[in-house]
Amino acid sequence: MKWIRVTAAEQIPLREGRSVQIDGTEIAIFNLGDRFLAVDNACPHRGGPLCDGIVSGATVACPLHGYKICLESGNMLSPDLGVRVDTYPVRVEDGVVLVQIEPAKDRAA
Amino acid sequence: MEDLVVIGNGMAGIACLEQILKHSPKFRVTVFGEETHVNYNRILLSSVLAGERTADEITLNPLEWYQSNGITLRLGVRIVDIDPAARLAIGDDGSVTHYDKLLIATGSRAFLPPISGLNKENVFTFRNLDDTRDILAAARPGAKAVVIGGGLLGLEAARGLQVQGCEVTVVHLLETLMNMQLDMTGGEYLQQKMEQLGVRVLTSRVTQRLLGEDKVEGIEFANGELLEADLVVIAAGIRPNADLGRKAGVTVNRGIVVNDYMETSDPRVFAVGECVEHRGQVYGLVAPLLEQGKVLAATITGNKGPTFEGWKPAAKLKIMGVDVFSAGEVVETEGAHAVRYEDPAIGVYKKLIIRDNRLTGVVLVGDAADSGRYMEWLRTNADLLVRRRNLLFPEPAADQGQSIADMPDGETVCGCMGVTKGQIIAAIHERGVNTMAQLKECTRASTGCGSCSGTCEALLKAVAPGFEEETKKLLCKCVPFTQESLREIIRSQRLRSVQQVLQIYGNGIGCEVCKPALSYLVDVIWCGDHEEDRSARFINDRVHANIQKDGTFSVVPRMRGGVTSPAELRRIADVAEKYNVRMVKITGSQRIDLLGVRKSDLPKIWADLGMPSGQAYTKGVRMVKTCVGTEFCRFGVQDAIRTGIELERRLENLYTPHKTKMAVTGCPRNCSEATVKDIGLVGQEGSWQVVVGGAAGKRVRKADLLITVESTEEALEAAMIFFQYYRENANYLERTYDFVERVGIEKVRKETVYAPAAQKKALLARLQKSKTLSRDAWLEREAPVHPTQFVQIEPLEATIQ
Repeated sequence: MKWIRVTAAEQIPLREGRSVQIDGTEIAIFNLGDRFLAVDNACPHRGGPLCDGIVSGATVACPLHGYKICLESGNMLSPDLGVRVDTYPVRVEDGVVLVQIEPAKDRAA
Repeated sequence: MEDLVVIGNGMAGIACLEQILKHSPKFRVTVFGEETHVNYNRILLSSVLAGERTADEITLNPLEWYQSNGITLRLGVRIVDIDPAARLAIGDDGSVTHYDKLLIATGSRAFLPPISGLNKENVFTFRNLDDTRDILAAARPGAKAVVIGGGLLGLEAARGLQVQGCEVTVVHLLETLMNMQLDMTGGEYLQQKMEQLGVRVLTSRVTQRLLGEDKVEGIEFANGELLEADLVVIAAGIRPNADLGRKAGVTVNRGIVVNDYMETSDPRVFAVGECVEHRGQVYGLVAPLLEQGKVLAATITGNKGPTFEGWKPAAKLKIMGVDVFSAGEVVETEGAHAVRYEDPAIGVYKKLIIRDNRLTGVVLVGDAADSGRYMEWLRTNADLLVRRRNLLFPEPAADQGQSIADMPDGETVCGCMGVTKGQIIAAIHERGVNTMAQLKECTRASTGCGSCSGTCEALLKAVAPGFEEETKKLLCKCVPFTQESLREIIRSQRLRSVQQVLQIYGNGIGCEVCKPALSYLVDVIWCGDHEEDRSARFINDRVHANIQKDGTFSVVPRMRGGVTSPAELRRIADVAEKYNVRMVKITGSQRIDLLGVRKSDLPKIWADLGMPSGQAYTKGVRMVKTCVGTEFCRFGVQDAIRTGIELERRLENLYTPHKTKMAVTGCPRNCSEATVKDIGLVGQEGSWQVVVGGAAGKRVRKADLLITVESTEEALEAAMIFFQYYRENANYLERTYDFVERVGIEKVRKETVYAPAAQKKALLARLQKSKTLSRDAWLEREAPVHPTQFVQIEPLEATIQ
């Protein structure tokens, strides 16, 4: 697992998300004001871009059909279909957002 | 007949007089009032200051009431002396009035702390209607207002001033606000709420003097700090007006001393209200004063028996969205336990003080919904042993009717007016009360601060046979108000951002349902002069395009009236090729749709097109569809194209509660289908029919006729008036066809095209303001609201080593 420097924190507006491609994986990073969270940028329902959803607390509503994903656990909250998206640890260092991600070669293995 | 002279025309005196009149009509009554107003509800002065009510709306007893009860009313006369031997009241107008019985109800005055310079201009107290009017006259938007005193009245004054547009600072002597009614933690929670509203709070400040020449310009604190001020309101407490008691020769300590029968030391002299001291206590809140009045009325009319045995102090702050309630002890002393509940994130703090299984005090900040239950426990000294595990939570009730049924008859429902559940039930059964309005008239319940209206309605619902419930649909559980209330809240409380509404009136978080709705409401109420928060908007309104099932977007440029040109068509074709647009489609709205566009290409496409946004992605002005009208058609009788283009130009770029589709047709053949549009103009020989509320979507509905007018300009104006009326009054996501049906076309007509000229002008002026502040959303291609509005983030480190 490696921490990747992604972007300056101000590139992601408050209570919004932005997508980023890291080594072939599309991740949505959200700015919750007091912290940043990251999940896969695809709703388990129909693959909607979660980065474009409305963020409320630590939840995002997918822009396509309003399915809600918890950004902390990755679980789909409603409807409760027992599915989830992957989450990625995020930290901010010197104003830069870092995401921890497994290198592609390990994932493939 | 005996002469009864009442000195004081305020709430306590007149409420007592009402009780006296109920007992017996044997008095010839004269009432002296120093103020020039009939009796009004002093509790609501802060809402007059906040612009929520007019002075007339807080009148309790109109002139006709005095007349029909044969009362001689002397307003603007101050009683300056009393001759107890000759039984005379002497007025400052030289009048001498004889009494057999004297009722002193002179209330209290503002306490003026020892501050030098209090006589400067723009320094006010806040006790009566004249004070309120003076403050309002001085409270200009942007003025720096300082309120000295962070108690109930000071905070309400501060909020009122802020709503008037002033920059408000509350200065408080002690460490925490409302220190008489709240413990320190409660005071801190309250301070946080006030600061969220935008009121600045300075605690632990001793005000030493007011600065400035004639007019106040600032204040100086004991620690040397200075604060600018254009106006200063002193709200540092009240003192009983007990001087006339001394002149009447009765015992006076802090207030005029009365016993449990409300008698003074002179059998002919009585006193009630804030000027009275009972068992060492002086009361400044209305409920105990009304109780005193009832007892006094019995005594003075020869029905001596009932006694006033004191009252647990209780206070409620009347600032919308800042719930504060306190009663009994505030700080736990030895032998007492405090039961607490705190949630700092949403600003809720509750504390009950329990001694020997009985409630002796309660402090509620941020949620005072249960205040009635706690008051009842206090009043009845209820044994709480079996409830010890859920003191802070209501016992589960089957439904609201059940909890209403559980409420004892003696429990006070309306604390302002002192109305119990039993009295409301009696009014329903014995006087046929069926509506809230009747209940208010009959019992006065819910005419004070109004916070008991929910309980009153629940009682009506449970008991009144003819009660019809108003159906109220709350916007969302995050912010549990109807959209109508929210409009009122946003307007009266001057809230300009979604987050502010959620912080103060909701759970602070919101969701994808309420945030877009609130975004719409703050925009329309402030005519675009609000704080736009894109995070609260749906993605379509962040990037001004319609998201598709694969996350790409569709682009529909505006073609007013459905009219385009070869040059535009060439640019559209070029764009479609250049950006590999997956499909080019003619829409049902006479527009061209480019489908399958990547988000990052949007600004480039808009630039290449050089056409404005068609708003095909939003709840806004979609289009005006036209037929060719007189321009080409053999049958056309009106110029549909020019009129349609003009209508679109006048309304485009604005948000509406739901999408708004319009059409103009040049003759009754209706080729552009104007009679199934939200707004349609149907041309006829020599006139236009303006029709509204049509639909050809999920529902099909023929539009209603709004008005028939002769000129094109009149037709456009009628459409604009209706358009703005719909924007201001429909619920978010309510199409015109649901709105018109809900309101009724007759009412819509009366409030739009047939409204008084001033009303129509005001609607058009607000539309104009919105229009001036609006612009083509696609211009954000040059000035994005955020650097990454349209782009995907490029990682600083692209690949993993």
